[in-house]
Amino acid sequence: MSSALRRIGLAVLVVLIAFPLYWAVVASLTPEATLFREPSLWPRTVILDHYRALFTTRHFLVPIRNSIVVAGCTTLFCVTVGSLAAYALARLRFRGKGLILGFILAVSMFPQISIVSPLYLMLRALGLINSYPGLILPYLTFAMPLTVWLLVGYFRQLPPDLEEAALVDGASRWQSFTKVLLPLSVPGVATTAILTFIYSWNEFLFALSFTVGPDRQTVPVAIALFRGQYQVPWGEILAAAVVATVPVAAMVLLFQRRIVQGLTAGAVKG
Amino acid sequence: MRRSNDSDARLARLLVAPAVGVIALVAIFPLGWTLWESLHRHDLRLPWLGQPFVGLGNYARLLHDARFWGALGHTAFFTIVSVALELVLGLIFALAMNRTYRGRGVVRVAVLVPWAIPTVVAALLWRFLFDSQAGIANALLVGSGIVDHPVVWFVHTATAWVPVILADVWKTTPFVALLLLAGLQNIDPALYEAAEVDGAGAWRQLTRITIPLLKPAILLVLIFRTLDAFRVFDLIYVLTGGGPGTSTEPIALYAFNTLLQNLRFGYGAAISVVIFAITFGLALLYIKGLGAGGAAGTEP
Repeated sequence: MSSALRRIGLAVLVVLIAFPLYWAVVASLTPEATLFREPSLWPRTVILDHYRALFTTRHFLVPIRNSIVVAGCTTLFCVTVGSLAAYALARLRFRGKGLILGFILAVSMFPQISIVSPLYLMLRALGLINSYPGLILPYLTFAMPLTVWLLVGYFRQLPPDLEEAALVDGASRWQSFTKVLLPLSVPGVATTAILTFIYSWNEFLFALSFTVGPDRQTVPVAIALFRGQYQVPWGEILAAAVVATVPVAAMVLLFQRRIVQGLTAGAVKG
Repeated sequence: MRRSNDSDARLARLLVAPAVGVIALVAIFPLGWTLWESLHRHDLRLPWLGQPFVGLGNYARLLHDARFWGALGHTAFFTIVSVALELVLGLIFALAMNRTYRGRGVVRVAVLVPWAIPTVVAALLWRFLFDSQAGIANALLVGSGIVDHPVVWFVHTATAWVPVILADVWKTTPFVALLLLAGLQNIDPALYEAAEVDGAGAWRQLTRITIPLLKPAILLVLIFRTLDAFRVFDLIYVLTGGGPGTSTEPIALYAFNTLLQNLRFGYGAAISVVIFAITFGLALLYIKGLGAGGAAGTEP
């Protein structure tokens, strides 16, 4: 492929990929009447009514808060507990290590739907339906294997020399982990946290199954269940879609290189 | 450094225990529970019936359940069509991205955003594009004279699949391209130089060098995408709701409706077990294929 052709092809692809999002932004800023009568590639009259309605009558801050709390707690818990396990799996010798790695990989392939009903009964028995813990606990099923798997990969990439030097100097294993390895793996831990947060932010099936009414709904559930009185409220739905996209798009913009590394490393090794 | 192998092992068990314990509690234990449920008649709407043991009764009924076989068929159709399209388009995309340096950041962001946004949002974007009144798909088709009247996409089974497949391709081809690109970058450029010297054209280089050497990456993509596509839920729940009727309902949505709409927990559990078994079987099949393909081991 000649490079000019390649560049034109890439430009076309980028435009095609970006178009649905661009179109959503335009439509979310267009009055609904115009939207249906004369759609236009760029907004002729820009209005913010849909966004205003989103945050006033739709109370969209509630699902945003819920999503931040649930995805944030899930990420924090998984990265903390997961990095301990990942350190042992990456650096220490013990029996059953291969088995545990295989187990974690297998669980990461679990179809969520196959555990929805027992989780529902469990959470109902514990009185946790429609609560934050009632979402965080189920989220651990996919987030924990993901974080452990990614972190094992990162820890293994770091040269063991420094820790060994620390051990020779009389540091304990624990000290060599917290004082030597962890500071070195801040970028890896951060990438893992970003990926875990994105996956938790986007989760739908569990959030749909274990919440009732708008109090604890997460962003994807709130958007999916948007209803209008007479017709589909496209303006508000698209405004919500844009709002839900902003945090993940911001993360992608800021951490694109790391995210690509994390994704391909996790996958190639998965 | 032979010191303290025993204490290392003790520390390792201590460190691994919380994560493994959590996974066992929230994933393995519920999976066993699903299996147990599937052997019982358990209807949350009829609590006075209790949960009588019915053996394989639920599975026997699945055999004669037309909606179940339909859902399985829709899932297979969706999986095969979308994964095939994503693989071909992803390969083209990866080849175009490979060895391109200018504007790489822009391409990377464009590629990552669809992957990173919630599937629910992607589904809504495409439902809007294919809306019968405000949709731009109809505006383009009518405007260019391909059709006379706006198509009401979600009323017919055949047309309802179009936005579903397109939305999935839009959202996941970037991921496929990224994985294939990582594979492409591992191929030694000297091979192409040698082929050039031998007078092999672009097509020959593609079929004789690129694709054979990319086989491990392609297999990997196949694993991830098939397992993912087979579990499709969010996308179709939002785009078609399984409709018209149940003609685009995938197996995961049928299980969800049985469980949380109709509250038939025993029967729904049986469907869930079937989904699990098929996913597991596919994963095993692929891992075997991957091993035979000479790819790197499954350990990180």
